Amino acid sequence: MSILEVNGVSKSFEDEKIITDVSLKLNEGEIVALLGMSGSGKTTLFNAVAGLTTPDSGEIMLNGESIVGVPGKVSYMLQKDLLLPYKNILDNVALPLVIRGEKKNDARKKAAELFSQFGLEGTEHKYPFQISGGMKQRAALLRTYLFSEKVALLDEPFSALDMLTKASVHEWYLDIMDKIRLSTLYITHDIDEAILLSDRIYLLTGKPASITKEIVIDEKKPRNKDFRLTEKFLDYKREIISCLDAQC
Amino acid sequence: MKKKFQSITNKLWAFSAVALLVIIWQTVCSLGLVDSFMLPSPIDVISALISEFPVLAEHSLVTLGEAFSGLACGIIIGFFIAVVMDRFEPVYKAFYPLIVLTQTVPTVAIAPLLVLWFGYEMMPKIILITVTTFFPITVGLLTGFKSADTDSVNLLRAMGADNSQIFRHIKLPGALPQFFSGLRISASYAVVGAVISEWLGGFAGLGVYMTRVKKAYSFDKMFAVIILISVISLLLMKLVDYLNKRFTPWERSRKK
Repeated sequence: MSILEVNGVSKSFEDEKIITDVSLKLNEGEIVALLGMSGSGKTTLFNAVAGLTTPDSGEIMLNGESIVGVPGKVSYMLQKDLLLPYKNILDNVALPLVIRGEKKNDARKKAAELFSQFGLEGTEHKYPFQISGGMKQRAALLRTYLFSEKVALLDEPFSALDMLTKASVHEWYLDIMDKIRLSTLYITHDIDEAILLSDRIYLLTGKPASITKEIVIDEKKPRNKDFRLTEKFLDYKREIISCLDAQC
Repeated sequence: MKKKFQSITNKLWAFSAVALLVIIWQTVCSLGLVDSFMLPSPIDVISALISEFPVLAEHSLVTLGEAFSGLACGIIIGFFIAVVMDRFEPVYKAFYPLIVLTQTVPTVAIAPLLVLWFGYEMMPKIILITVTTFFPITVGLLTGFKSADTDSVNLLRAMGADNSQIFRHIKLPGALPQFFSGLRISASYAVVGAVISEWLGGFAGLGVYMTRVKKAYSFDKMFAVIILISVISLLLMKLVDYLNKRFTPWERSRKK
């Protein structure tokens, strides 16, 4: 059953159409990638789904309820980790609960319980500058999860990491997603990452951008990094590259 | 370790320069190149500072009391103005130029007026200090508020945060470093403002003491009180630096 549905969403900025007639759906527990080049309007789409902007036309439904222009319903993780430098990791992670109106101590307690599951134990009272880039990304994801355990939007969550860190974060991500089953729609421009992590991939191409292809990655989960080296993986990669080439 | 050593050698240079100046000053006086009543020697000044210390301490307390009360009012008013201006753009546009204008009026020029209006007690002094100290605070905070990271604000909005939550979690803590650099300036203004306001009328305080010794042509005491005032200003600035480090621990590490 689909938890999030986007139907025919279009959005322009200053008379320039950025995205047109975008429709997609996200099923419960699924990880779906939105693959496209930089500047293809992926972030515009996410801002609309997060309720930060209102689309010119179209409908966005969460569990059958319209969330057009309503922030605070789906969790949103932006490109940068955006951990606040003046709060320690525990307070950073507990922030969405505090915003929602929970008492500071209750929020902290709830957040602290998840630290070991996310591999963050021992960082609770450190400041963001004291932990590594990979750890920051984990903390940002835990914050996203605490914000909503239903649907998460991740905007290029791993793009700021170097290649080696990225590989280890990918592995951690597959493992944690297998445990928490957070329905996730995420943006990436990394084809390998999209094939490795997702159940389905939408290609967002053209100007104005629209969804031109949907690819189902039919590979059992949990996956591991060896999947990258299989012929099947390469076949998916070829298919995606040829689609992108045909479009541009 | 190396850094610490470097900072010590840097201080050594500054210290040597001051020492050199004092030595030249003492030599000029000892050789009798300038009349001793016009320019007292450093030794005269130090002995005046020591002999007058009990009196100076009493006057200092009065001046410090004024400086702190005025600074406290300045912080409160400066904070209030910054918050209102940040929240309501028209207020910013309408009143910011006016506030800048208040800063072009020299303190010495409005002090007599304040004395005429409010008398010789604490009131005009505190008003004067408030007027001179609120501005750096307002400017510091406003700059801090306006430089809040748009992405962080968007993240909180996506979480469903309202304006007051965005203010509390993003704008206010983000503006702390700028607030402290404003406060550093205001703290030294406060002491100078207190002394100036005492020149023009009052019963106690370092400014009152200064006018008294000036009339008696006691130049050694004049110099002693000047040194005392700059020491007090320096100590206040150090106090602000300490508070800054204490309340913004993340800033220190970022600079490394």
